Amino acid sequence: MSHAIESADHHHGPDKGFLRWVYTTNHKDIGTMYLLLALGSLLIGGTMAFVIRAELFQPGLQLVDPNFFNQMTTMHGLIMVFGAIMPAFVGLANWLVPMMIGAPDMALPRINNWSFWLLPFAFGMLLCTLFMDGGAPNFGWTFYAPLSTSYAPPSVTFFIFSVHIMGISSIMGAVNVIVTIFNMRAPGMTFMKMPLFVWTWLITAFLLIAVMPVLAGVVTMMLMDIHFGTSFFDAAGGGDPVLFQHVFWFFGHPEVYIMILPAFGIVSHIISTFSRKPLFGYTSMVWATASIAVLSFIVWAHHMFTVGLPLVGELFFMYSTMLIAVPTGVKVFNWVTTMFRGSMTFETPMLFAIAFVVLFTIGGLSGLMLAIAPADFQYHDTYFVVAHFHYVLVPGALFSILAGVYYWLPKWCGRMYSETLGKWHFWLSFIGVNITFFPMHFVGLAGMPRRIPDYALQFADFNAIVSVGAFIFGLSQLIFVYNLWRTTIGGKGEQATDKVWDEPDGLEWDIPSPAPYHSFQEPPQVK
Amino acid sequence: MNTPKYYVPARSHWPIFGAVAVFLTLFSMASIIHESSQGSVGTGSVVLAVISGFLMLYMLFGWFGEVVNEGLRGLNSDQLKRSFRFSMGWFIFSEVMFFAAFFGALFYARMFAVPWLGGEGAKGEANMLWEGFTAHWPLLTTPDMNTYPGAMGVIDAWKLPFINTVLLIISSVTLTFAHHSLRAQNKAATLKWIALTLALGVAFMCVQIYEYGHAMNDLNLTLNSGIYGSTFFMLTGFHGAHVTLGAIMIFVMYWRVKNDHFTPDDHFGFEAAAWYWHFVDVVWLLLFTFVYVF
Repeated sequence: MSHAIESADHHHGPDKGFLRWVYTTNHKDIGTMYLLLALGSLLIGGTMAFVIRAELFQPGLQLVDPNFFNQMTTMHGLIMVFGAIMPAFVGLANWLVPMMIGAPDMALPRINNWSFWLLPFAFGMLLCTLFMDGGAPNFGWTFYAPLSTSYAPPSVTFFIFSVHIMGISSIMGAVNVIVTIFNMRAPGMTFMKMPLFVWTWLITAFLLIAVMPVLAGVVTMMLMDIHFGTSFFDAAGGGDPVLFQHVFWFFGHPEVYIMILPAFGIVSHIISTFSRKPLFGYTSMVWATASIAVLSFIVWAHHMFTVGLPLVGELFFMYSTMLIAVPTGVKVFNWVTTMFRGSMTFETPMLFAIAFVVLFTIGGLSGLMLAIAPADFQYHDTYFVVAHFHYVLVPGALFSILAGVYYWLPKWCGRMYSETLGKWHFWLSFIGVNITFFPMHFVGLAGMPRRIPDYALQFADFNAIVSVGAFIFGLSQLIFVYNLWRTTIGGKGEQATDKVWDEPDGLEWDIPSPAPYHSFQEPPQVK
Repeated sequence: MNTPKYYVPARSHWPIFGAVAVFLTLFSMASIIHESSQGSVGTGSVVLAVISGFLMLYMLFGWFGEVVNEGLRGLNSDQLKRSFRFSMGWFIFSEVMFFAAFFGALFYARMFAVPWLGGEGAKGEANMLWEGFTAHWPLLTTPDMNTYPGAMGVIDAWKLPFINTVLLIISSVTLTFAHHSLRAQNKAATLKWIALTLALGVAFMCVQIYEYGHAMNDLNLTLNSGIYGSTFFMLTGFHGAHVTLGAIMIFVMYWRVKNDHFTPDDHFGFEAAAWYWHFVDVVWLLLFTFVYVF
């Protein structure tokens, strides 16, 4: 590595061949690898969703046996959360944070590469469990004890260690992002001048460092209970299975915001650009993001209203959860007000961003319904919950990632994607996502339980509709994959200008398209 | 390297090496645990574990060695040095949160789970599961004594644990003396104080191991004793692992001081090890208070 730093004085481009990707310390290469890993996970997790929806197309058991169905719901959740959404945001952070703050690279480039390369191994190990005796984890992505301890398949040990590897990767990645933002800003880039994507990622990274170790702690307790005789989650020894849920959701609720805060940042940029107005209420956006992060630590037990909490607990977590609607409302208000009387155009990123605002708000409102403890007694563990969190994660987090990729892709590769294909992708996704998840509200309110391969006959019509919507949504992602391939490897599409869009705001638009391998050799001045 | 130009690193083979080493280590550990629960441990897993252990060591020596060499050659800019400081701080914060999970489990068991099982408090109806069970802490008699045989007693806080508390507090003080000597460029005194710190750390670990033996052999207090044994051994065990890691760091610092790696105003490696040692010390004070005394 010593030769490495000496070469800092002269420009050097990427290495040739496969080893470029293995040995790289470049934030753009690493960002690309994260995004490709996320895309791969999205397709694998999506295939599992196809299995789920194919089985649920009709009542009765047709295609898979119930145990395999449970493995599919579990792996679909784990892969989408840890393999698709989180790495995609880390990939975007890698690409964008250094460019946005005028830095040469991430603060710790070698650690950055390590964080990435741990992930393929972690997911390889997780996917291997599908082929082990007793099958893959089948206890749901929330892996509640005792399903994940006393009654778990033997492969649970490998699941635990794969979570540990993901945790190491996430913590190191988050430390890197925080240190980059604190220490690598160009002169003049004060905190309150930072782009919102940088702000939201700063707060996300803080959440990651705070809660990923708690996840490591809870899977360690599981490991000890399964193999070493402890009784953390066993009442026979004075423990409590509910303890698992407390520790898990202390991680899990901030985790939910880890998957949505960067989305808020992306959408803020896009709405501002395509409304041709500065973002309305920048300061309030920053404070709202910080408030959401703080609140995320005191709302976890709203996932557990039916488990038998004391009344005081139910009340506390009900009211604290409702408080989150306030900063979230501020954000939605700001986005709408940014668009108000703006000179708007509707390119693909903007379409996804507007769909984000509308559909994420639907997910937020169903979340508010679920926050009401007595009402939650009815909704708990039904498809209403499935509808709720898919609305915030699919047209929420995933749409924002798609919007961000369309928005910044011309900057990354120097060519415009096909707007026609982008619009097709958007409309089919938009229609597909709503056909998939909106009817789930109705079957959920009518009492259809989640994570069950069979259902009562009265839910048959809606489930058939949902499955059709899921296939439309899933297959329409292939348009996206083709559009990506066509623009990057295929070399089609017109040359992008440096600004790409109509006067977008931010340092990343001041450098050429495609962005040079090292964006800034010298610190840019920020006015 | 005092140019206004940015530090731009080049490629490195350590990250992929590290990823493979971490994966193989954890995979072989998982295999061994998995196979032992299924009956017998295969030779392959053990061999893999040994190999991956060596790979980890090679990676740690190689990677840290490279970073140390870069520092010695004066290649690190002030900005990079600040990045190292921030990173260590946030890493320690992540460790704090790891311990927080286990302290949370301890508090939950004491404040809620055990009293409820004993029929007290808002969810006292849980007592219907184990009628006749009465809540007490430390929990020596578990609800199901066949599965979790409880313990005959607990460690007396004011004997060995108190000695250990004194040892660790003194070691934090001696480490600070070492730091002062380092800044005063008194190499002999620095080495002496570091050695004393290390000796105190090793003494702590010896006492801890002796105490574990006493707990397991005389008191029948094990991981299998119920929630008291679970939280006791997990908290003190992870703390002991961190003391060991901290002692290794301090040992490395002894070697680095001996080889004149540090200057009075540039010795971040030492400071990082010291921060870590103080962190481990603070965790012990919480442990002593909440696990042993109360």
